[in-house]
Amino acid sequence: MAILLIAEHNNQSLKTETHKVVQAAADIGGDITVLVAGFNCAAAASEAAMISGVNKVLVADNAAYEHQLAENIAALVAELGKDFSHILTAATTTGKNFLPRVAALLDVAQISDVIAIESADTFVRPIYAGNAIATVQSADAIKVLTVRPAAFRAAETGNSAPVEAINTTAHDAGVSGYVSEELTKSERPELTAARVVISGGRGMQNGENFALLNGIADKLGAAIGASRAAVDAGFVPNDMQVGQTGKIVAPELYIAVGISGAIQHLAGMKDSKIIVAINKDAEAPIFQVADYGLVADLFTVLPELEQQL
Amino acid sequence: MKILVPVKRVIDYNVKVRVKADQTGVDLANVKMALNPFCEIAVEEAVRLKEAGTASEVVVVSIGTTAVQEQLRTALALGADRALHIETDLNLDSLQVAKLLAKVVADEQPGMVILGKQAIDSDNNQTGQMLAALTGMGQGTFASKVVVNDGKVQVTREIDGGLQTVELTLPAVVSTDLRLNEPRYASLPNIMKAKKKPLDVKAADSYGVSLESKVTLLKVAAPVVRQGGVKVESVAELVDKLKHEAKVI
Ligand SMILES: Cc1cc2nc3c(=O)[nH]c(=O)nc-3n(C[C@H](O)[C@H](O)[C@H](O)COP(=O)(O)OP(=O)(O)OC[C@H]3O[C@@H](n4cnc5c(N)ncnc54)[C@H](O)[C@@H]3O)c2cc1C
Ligand SMILES: Nc1ncnc2c1ncn2[C@@H]1O[C@H](COP(=O)(O)O)[C@@H](O)[C@H]1O
Repeated sequence: MAILLIAEHNNQSLKTETHKVVQAAADIGGDITVLVAGFNCAAAASEAAMISGVNKVLVADNAAYEHQLAENIAALVAELGKDFSHILTAATTTGKNFLPRVAALLDVAQISDVIAIESADTFVRPIYAGNAIATVQSADAIKVLTVRPAAFRAAETGNSAPVEAINTTAHDAGVSGYVSEELTKSERPELTAARVVISGGRGMQNGENFALLNGIADKLGAAIGASRAAVDAGFVPNDMQVGQTGKIVAPELYIAVGISGAIQHLAGMKDSKIIVAINKDAEAPIFQVADYGLVADLFTVLPELEQQL
Repeated sequence: MKILVPVKRVIDYNVKVRVKADQTGVDLANVKMALNPFCEIAVEEAVRLKEAGTASEVVVVSIGTTAVQEQLRTALALGADRALHIETDLNLDSLQVAKLLAKVVADEQPGMVILGKQAIDSDNNQTGQMLAALTGMGQGTFASKVVVNDGKVQVTREIDGGLQTVELTLPAVVSTDLRLNEPRYASLPNIMKAKKKPLDVKAADSYGVSLESKVTLLKVAAPVVRQGGVKVESVAELVDKLKHEAKVI
């Protein structure tokens, strides 16, 4: 088995998701080659070389790859990927963007959002917003998978795998260009990596009230998330959405505040270790999955909670 | 410019699905079916581009059994001009769907293809990207804003860190995210009018595309159900339980 794993990074540093995908690759077993495609991305490549289990790091350093444009990255990965039995990356917005394109270029299926490896050709993935769990077997020559980071632990570090520059010509498809990015700046841990997540829903009533979650998040070292309703209403930015079609989180502690618990929201957080729900409606479905439920007005209890922590 | 909008018939998003006892799939007998919500957003965007004078025609296409004609009629009632039903009883993978759509693109030569980012049944999130690869088009996935200008389209994308804007040469593929627009409801007169709009039917095997998938579904299991826990009476009790019982803070 030869596995090609595409690293996720911002050119300077590696995203923690990559460590989790390495763990999934180790579950498949075989040689693991990590590709770091970017621009001035040497630092990210040396971080990748430190992950235990990685046999080799390939670096494609070119302006064409700076912003991870799917057209260019997919052409590169499809070219390199021909010699591998598996191609893996994280099921993040970056991975979901370019990897299906790779699969189509290689004329094989993609298996999305893998949550467990049964064997080298058999994988487990949720369907229908996690209301059903499918086990699928692939007879394709190259298995192309996106891996759900929340379902795997991070591989350890402490390795020093060889780093090699690749010498193929850069792929610039010429049909797409980067214009701009508006990234949310936050001192808090990333949603998908945080040990504690506290999320607000429509019950928060407006964006200003999300400040009620800040003090609690500070004390718990938590990331702040939201339901779709809170994002749609413009309370908070889109990258805070937790759920079937947003981010999937599985922290030690998830606190849902003013969130009813629609299946699409549950799909994104029901694998959390401990779930707390604060909702004034005792019948809200979120209580069916909560380990600890507090039926109360959030405007009364949030200040109390901050104080008592 | 013509816009092609592929749409999928899926289980209604409000329905709680049940896994069949024999673990071969989920029970779809007598459950409410609907247009995939992301496809609804795609139809809406295409219709708005037509209303703005940017697009001249909106063509919707769906691949599946005769039942998908119901969703094609819905799309026509929302403002699409004509529909194409590609008929098959097979449960196709995204790759096979994308291959058929690539043939439709070759026939129809649209200036843009707008489709859903994800079908809420398979949760695949693949078809648009695959179609873009097969046709050599650029892709603007997870769109929350689409601006067409001078042979190009600027797409603002919802990404994990925030928003990213890319510019694509037309023709291009755009996949929709939730914030792109709020779809309208079909009015009764428009539902009546939709019945008279053209709907062509073609057999999937007439496209010369291999419809066979190399992926076999071995089983479909119900997820582990989480047991609801206890209700606490006060913040103090909650904090105490989190500290001493769950030991997570
Ligand atoms: C295609 C599709 C994809 C979707 N994807 C997602 C997704 O990824 N993530 C997601 O979250 N949703 C998603 N949804 C939306 C989902 O169906 C629900 O509409 C949404 O999760 C509801 O958000 P909410 O719980 O904040 O709002 P509501 O359902 O309106 O619930 C608000 C809750 O706040 C409580 N409340 C109000 N005031 C107070 C107060 N003062 N104190 C305490 N409690 C209070 C109420 O009792 C209520 O339970 C999706 C829907 C579709 C169709
Ligand atoms: N059978 C189908 N017929 C038409 N369009 C489809 C079909 N399957 C998927 N699509 C389109 O592809 C999008 C993404 O689906 P998927 O990649 O399967 O998650 C959907 O929102 C549809 O726009």
